Amino acid sequence: MDNEQTKDKVMKPSLPVGIVGYGAYVPQYRLPATEISRIWRGGLSIEPILEKSVPGIDEDVITMSIEAARNTLMRAEVDPQDIRAVWVGSESHPYAVKPTSTIVAEALGITPYTQAADMEFACKAGSEAMVTAMAMVGSGMGRYALAIGMDTAQGKPGDVLEYTTAAGGGAFLIGPAEESLAVIDGVTSYVTDTPDFWRREHQKYPEHGGRFTGQPAYFKHILNAVNTLLDELGTTPAEYDFVIFHQPNTKFPQRVAKELGFTPSQLETGLLSPRIGNTYAGSSLIGLTAVLDQAEPGDRILMASFGSGAGSDALSFQVTEEILSRKGKAFSTEDYISRRTEIDYAQYARMRGKITLK
Amino acid sequence: MDIPRHWRLNKQRYALTGEVCPHCDAKIFPPRDVCPECGGEAKTEFEFSGKGEVYSFTDIYNAPEGFEETIPYTVALVKLDEGPVVTAQLTDIGDRGVEIGMPVEMITRKLRSDGDERGLLVYGYKFRPQVSV
Repeated sequence: MDNEQTKDKVMKPSLPVGIVGYGAYVPQYRLPATEISRIWRGGLSIEPILEKSVPGIDEDVITMSIEAARNTLMRAEVDPQDIRAVWVGSESHPYAVKPTSTIVAEALGITPYTQAADMEFACKAGSEAMVTAMAMVGSGMGRYALAIGMDTAQGKPGDVLEYTTAAGGGAFLIGPAEESLAVIDGVTSYVTDTPDFWRREHQKYPEHGGRFTGQPAYFKHILNAVNTLLDELGTTPAEYDFVIFHQPNTKFPQRVAKELGFTPSQLETGLLSPRIGNTYAGSSLIGLTAVLDQAEPGDRILMASFGSGAGSDALSFQVTEEILSRKGKAFSTEDYISRRTEIDYAQYARMRGKITLK
Repeated sequence: MDIPRHWRLNKQRYALTGEVCPHCDAKIFPPRDVCPECGGEAKTEFEFSGKGEVYSFTDIYNAPEGFEETIPYTVALVKLDEGPVVTAQLTDIGDRGVEIGMPVEMITRKLRSDGDERGLLVYGYKFRPQVSV
């Protein structure tokens, strides 16, 4: 924890803003971790999660973003033409050059008078889009901004990452506080140059620093972002009903929650990695959608993302009465998670393009 | 490469946007600006709900060019709740199997790559079994 005492690191919009609508998406295919152990470890069990979600052969970040955002707009019930930004954070944009966001905006009827951009910051790209959307709405430049975190995560076959690299994410429509189902209290971002994980241009799979991804990366950045946010907002872990962390596996979010003073029951609702894996830029965002599905007016929610390279955004929300009428208007996150078709490693290899056809 | 052809169809392919006839209220897909029911001019945009049922279907094992990577797949005639029948791929069928009369819903998916891995990605409507909630 940094020792500086000034309380000006928390970022707040000039105008009060919040989440007007939210939506999730998880593909239906599931690869049990035991399948990866069977192929690569002679069945020796080292599974960090139960199973992970796998995108169908016709799914990518664009199609998944469209579906999550459709759910978001069903809950928000705003005219798509009033949305002034579509920002999609991902590590798996289908094109190297050509925005995911324009296709998503077109499919949702948001074009043409809108900002559109793709964001990248490893697994922090989704929360980066959310915070940027809050800044835009909070400055009065637009009434609504759509922020999406979505991934079809990459992991080298046989690598420990392959157990967890999954597909899914969440979409949030940020708008004025008076229309919001959850209002933002404030945000802290903690970013340093820490090389724990990267993927070079034209490479299919990322490299990572093994144990170096833990203490100096995931834990340091989340602890600092969250502790500073709590300190400057004057809140304590006990005041929160739900907490969500970036979830690369099951153990890291459990440990960081404990170190910060949160209980397992605060963490439970938003901890989806054991059942769907690590959805990279979608990971903490889809956790937030699962929490909002269960939230009641007055609840406080704390979310902290983590992106390698490295940084963490910590966001504090308060749920409003609007949640009651909005949450049932689209598929819940659990609807998608329980829609489950198990596949084996051969089907997975085909669906993820690991079989060369030419 | 058929860039203009794909681009022209973006709206109807991405969001199942058709037309509604201002004279007889018939819902029209694909959009054709003339009402097939009453012959009147019909240029008013209409976004379909995307809900419908399987009218008939067939399984494809010998795919046309551009669709080889997804075989075997199912193509169906889907009768939309609003009336029109559209031809589309079914997806996310899983272990359920397909039956005539099965309720389906529209989703936007990757249809194919125009040409090889350097080509444009073409997105559009497919239908999946309705997700029960």
